[in-house]
Amino acid sequence: MEKFTNMESVVAQLDRGNVDTDAIIPKQFLKSIKRSGFGANLFDAWRFLDHGEPGIDASTRQLNPDFVLNQSRYEGASILLARKNFGCGSSREHAAWALSDYGFKAVIAPSFGDIFFNNSLKNGLLPIRLADSEVDRLFHDCEAFPGFRLKVDLEQQTVSYLDGSHVFRFDIDPFRKHCLLNGLDEIGLTLRHADAIRAYEEKHKTEQPWLFS
Amino acid sequence: MLQTLYDKLWDSHVVRTEPDGTALIYIDRHLVHEVTSPQAFEGLKLANRKPWRMDSVVATADHNTPTTDWDKGIQDPISRLQVETLDANMREHVPKVYFPFLDHRQGIVHVIGPEQGATLPGMTVVCGDSHTSTHGAFGCLAHGIGTSEVEHVLATQCLVQKKMKNMLVEVNGQLGRGVTAKDVALAVIGKIGTAGGTGYAIEFGGQAIRGLTMEGRMTLCNMAIEAGARAGMIAVDDVTIDFLKGRTFAPKGEMWDRAVKYWRTLKSDDHAPFDLVVQLDAGEISPQVTWGTSPEMVMAVDARVPDPEKERDEVRREGMERALVYMGLEPNTPATGIKVDKVFIGSCTNSRIEDLRAAAQVVKGRSVASNIALAMVVPGSGPIKEQAEKEGLDRIFTDAGFEWRQPGCSMCLAMNNDRLEPRERCASTSNRNFEGRQGAGGRTHLVSPAMAAGAAIAGHFVDVRSEF
Ligand code: SF4
Repeated sequence: MEKFTNMESVVAQLDRGNVDTDAIIPKQFLKSIKRSGFGANLFDAWRFLDHGEPGIDASTRQLNPDFVLNQSRYEGASILLARKNFGCGSSREHAAWALSDYGFKAVIAPSFGDIFFNNSLKNGLLPIRLADSEVDRLFHDCEAFPGFRLKVDLEQQTVSYLDGSHVFRFDIDPFRKHCLLNGLDEIGLTLRHADAIRAYEEKHKTEQPWLFS
Repeated sequence: MLQTLYDKLWDSHVVRTEPDGTALIYIDRHLVHEVTSPQAFEGLKLANRKPWRMDSVVATADHNTPTTDWDKGIQDPISRLQVETLDANMREHVPKVYFPFLDHRQGIVHVIGPEQGATLPGMTVVCGDSHTSTHGAFGCLAHGIGTSEVEHVLATQCLVQKKMKNMLVEVNGQLGRGVTAKDVALAVIGKIGTAGGTGYAIEFGGQAIRGLTMEGRMTLCNMAIEAGARAGMIAVDDVTIDFLKGRTFAPKGEMWDRAVKYWRTLKSDDHAPFDLVVQLDAGEISPQVTWGTSPEMVMAVDARVPDPEKERDEVRREGMERALVYMGLEPNTPATGIKVDKVFIGSCTNSRIEDLRAAAQVVKGRSVASNIALAMVVPGSGPIKEQAEKEGLDRIFTDAGFEWRQPGCSMCLAMNNDRLEPRERCASTSNRNFEGRQGAGGRTHLVSPAMAAGAAIAGHFVDVRSEF
């Protein structure tokens, strides 16, 4: 995983609740056996007017001019502002892959689907939970001021306006933060405890031998 | 200290805990399917790692497999490659058991685990699939994981987790005739919302839950994720133990007795503290029908589509308006006034033998309405299909004009050819009514098997309590 560095970017806003992972990356793209290339089909059914299938060249497709990500004011955004329960539904990690492949590095919302939240952290995509009132304010300002930008500082756990007028703090597990900041491979970290896992396994086997037969 | 079922399952699987509470949890059963595993096996290979314990793995191909013309194989080359990739991975790393495409025991991953006795009480069960919560019906800690976590479990047999909070959903009293576990699930989601269970493990309890069969309990736990909870669970009792006895991978003889003794401890202690308790009265639950594009957008069959104008919260109102446009519905339409084009009976929520029996009971001796373009029954697994055929259920369905298909996920997510066309309206026994879930532009109404069968016969939703 790449290290997460502090960043500053234009903010794109997606003003609807319960955005599910089926919407983030529709099922026909899940047939791929790779981890990359999903950005082209992020929010496919909303971003395009025609129906997308794997293998179709995106440049030949009809963009939906009404969809936020197709509006020039949000071009190049690495921060996505969303509503409650973002990423609910299917466990498909392809949703996190698609968002980060598209160029997003952080998603701000009042709440997230649990599985999506975990998947994002494992792919260097930072899910930031802020209070409802803070998210409301961000939506308001994002709408009102074209070119609205925010700064994300993971070390300090803050989202702030460039002029410093507002600074919002967010929570993150110290362990997850450490992994993100250092771009650590979680499997490697866990395997340092291989002896503990083996010891647990032996004890578990004597207690519930039927699980191992 | 008094413990909930979740506390007990958690404690018995902790390998180690970090100071911030992050823990390493040991995984007993790892279910694998073709869509979320290829990148995990590739990741292992790239890092030069070996799977830790392949005999914890039970695998099958279900999401992409066709439900017709099995003799022709998988026509879609991209789907075929995905299934072949799973075949190759299972040849290279031999699992406890693999039910490949065309095996007579093949089926939906969450159906075959319990059916084979590969899901046992007290286990931690994971799968790269959010509906893994299904297995919690057996007093397991079961939840969906992403592909990075699939790789992590393959490599280490563990998962890095933070403990969730405890929620008890207590359904007291008795369910009325024609009201099923599916209706309970939808009523719970209607009450707490699709994010209501976020951050919680939900235990379902109360008289109405204890009265459910294992099939019903699986249906209910299956939909815990639609209430936002990664895990749903139900305490072990005689119903659980009777269901498991004699299953292929369940323990036998003396080992069985020993296991049962332990399994009987798998329930919350009396007065164990829950962070949140939600109560429902079973007698007040009617058959449910969803009207929108999220499972929380649900109504009783004797109610009407809600009117967004009456919603005060702006974000919610806009969500309702958008959903009604997508669904092509007017506010205040009675549920029974909604006509459907297709009917799908299947999915890991409602494709078990009891579901098929309930649907067949409604269908028996009747015919599918003329406005129905397609009504299909997709059994959850090969053995369920065989059992249904032994009971003559297939004839009841086909005589009425239903199609009787091969097992798989099918139109639950429409990765194969089974799908809705734009604007087609479907009565579906699956679990998600998201935009495009059953096909781009398709409109899904989630219902129980009996309600889906009733809609197929009448051509529109009907209250199965009075009509049949
Ligand atoms: S039946 Fe549907 S919900 Fe269940 S595993 Fe298959 S695709 Fe997922």
